[in-house]
Amino acid sequence: METVLTTHFANERYRRLETYRQYGGYEALKKAFAMDPGQIIDEVKKANLRGRGGAGFPAGVKWGFLPKDLSRPRALVVNADEGEPGTFKDRLIMTRGPHLLIEGIVISSFALRAYACWIYIRGEFVREARIMDEAIAEAYAAGLLGKNILGSGFDLDVTVHRGAGAYICGEETSLINSLEGKRGWPRLKPPFPASVGAFGLPTIVNNVETIADIPWIVTHGGETFAALGVEKNGGTRLIGVSGAVNRPGVYELSAGVNLKEIIYHHAGGIKDGKALKAVIPGGSSTPVLRPDEINVAYDIESMGKIGTMAGSGGVIVIPEGTCMVRALSVLMNFYAHESCGQCTPCREGTGWLKRIVGRIEAGKGRKGDVELILDLCDNMMGRTICPLSEAAVMPAQSFIWKFREEFDRHIGEQKCPYGNRF
Amino acid sequence: MSVAFSETGRAEFERLLTRYPDRKAVILPALHLAQKEFGYVSDEAIVYIAGLVGTSPADIEGVASFYTMYNRKPVGKYHVQICRNISCSLLGAEHLIEHVTGKLGVNPGGTTPDGKFTLSQVECLGSCGTAPVMQVNDEYHENLTVESIDRILDQLP
Repeated sequence: METVLTTHFANERYRRLETYRQYGGYEALKKAFAMDPGQIIDEVKKANLRGRGGAGFPAGVKWGFLPKDLSRPRALVVNADEGEPGTFKDRLIMTRGPHLLIEGIVISSFALRAYACWIYIRGEFVREARIMDEAIAEAYAAGLLGKNILGSGFDLDVTVHRGAGAYICGEETSLINSLEGKRGWPRLKPPFPASVGAFGLPTIVNNVETIADIPWIVTHGGETFAALGVEKNGGTRLIGVSGAVNRPGVYELSAGVNLKEIIYHHAGGIKDGKALKAVIPGGSSTPVLRPDEINVAYDIESMGKIGTMAGSGGVIVIPEGTCMVRALSVLMNFYAHESCGQCTPCREGTGWLKRIVGRIEAGKGRKGDVELILDLCDNMMGRTICPLSEAAVMPAQSFIWKFREEFDRHIGEQKCPYGNRF
Repeated sequence: MSVAFSETGRAEFERLLTRYPDRKAVILPALHLAQKEFGYVSDEAIVYIAGLVGTSPADIEGVASFYTMYNRKPVGKYHVQICRNISCSLLGAEHLIEHVTGKLGVNPGGTTPDGKFTLSQVECLGSCGTAPVMQVNDEYHENLTVESIDRILDQLP
């Protein structure tokens, strides 16, 4: 099928400006400069491009939230904080096609009339930050960034900003605080970043993949991009498959591809010829699915209909023989570690979930613990500034709803039937 | 004992100041720079950065303590950080952590007596397709096995 992003990723030299241009790189930018900014935004709207960071908000609509008046400078912030467990696609874009991202940034900034862009990249991605810095230096030297880009009269500065190990900074208002040199605490909304964002400026925050799709949309038109996907979900998606599959990796597939086909066809099926036990379909926060539920289109609406999410495109495959209590315990440790501590239901709730699931797995579960978890979950949903609390609740509830017998057995037998191992 | 950036470090700090409309935005990069230059983020480094940025040490401390990557205590020459999240766990990370714990003779969080290795368990490193994975200082090592982890650690000078 047609690919938008990964077409030339096999070529190691594609990350160099010279090679990128040989493949037609920065031609979309020239085309964009001949367009009116409003026309570009219209193409993005027509493209049905949904935010690739996890929430799936339509990018063109988000862009439309900027205030109409141009009296205050505007900023674009690229979210490269890729931290949702199971997600490793933006890293691929940055290492194999950094200029795709930069070209997308320049076009988007021109369309949004942003004067500066910061790429907020997770701190652990030292190599990726270096590759981005090298590509940005190439772009400055070639007049593709800086003053009067390609003689258009448009100026733009791009800066890579490294995070320092905090999952919460993937949430856009937390990311903005972190960019400003503060603790990564989410902000109350409103005001939304589009009116008061980074450094108080009207700001658009978009995921790496979302921005990297923009040059293709400008070249081929929004409708062509939309046609690569399905209704309301335009284009392709980078889907990362990890866990117990024969061919883990990132696959660029239509936004409406079937989930079962992703696992059994593209990723080569379950490792060691085992049976499938469960799938976490869109990053660790998304509700888990049983094997009988995975014959479903991977678009945002179809996944929503079965009570889960395509999220950030991270498919985690769990094989038979895995202790689901232990798997949940790993996730609950993670959310308790990453709660920023600002809201009580999340700070205390994630800690409670970690301890209760941990004691069930350790063979010390008490009668009523499962009900206690579900009750806690009810008190954590929708009561916090940001969605981290819900991100912990969704796996907790769904693991219990779909694998309840394993929790009961742990408590009844006062031990882990799987011997406390994966 | 007071500390100060090297000449290159100071130049990098000045360059950072030109990249943001607000001076405080350089706090995270300055802390990274301090860790690179001084090995860890000491109390002295906090006071030093506060002076450069023009804010209080408490402000810098409040930021530094929020983020896991800033080491407020010295770490070994090699900081071995093994991912324990779900995709890595499904492919044997727990066994690898046990193995390295035994091999180095320290529990996660500990440093070997010769100061060569600090072992940490960390959360998702964003490398799930090549799990299990660890980060040693700045570098990722992917698709780990007991054999490859032994080879990697044994070869470090």
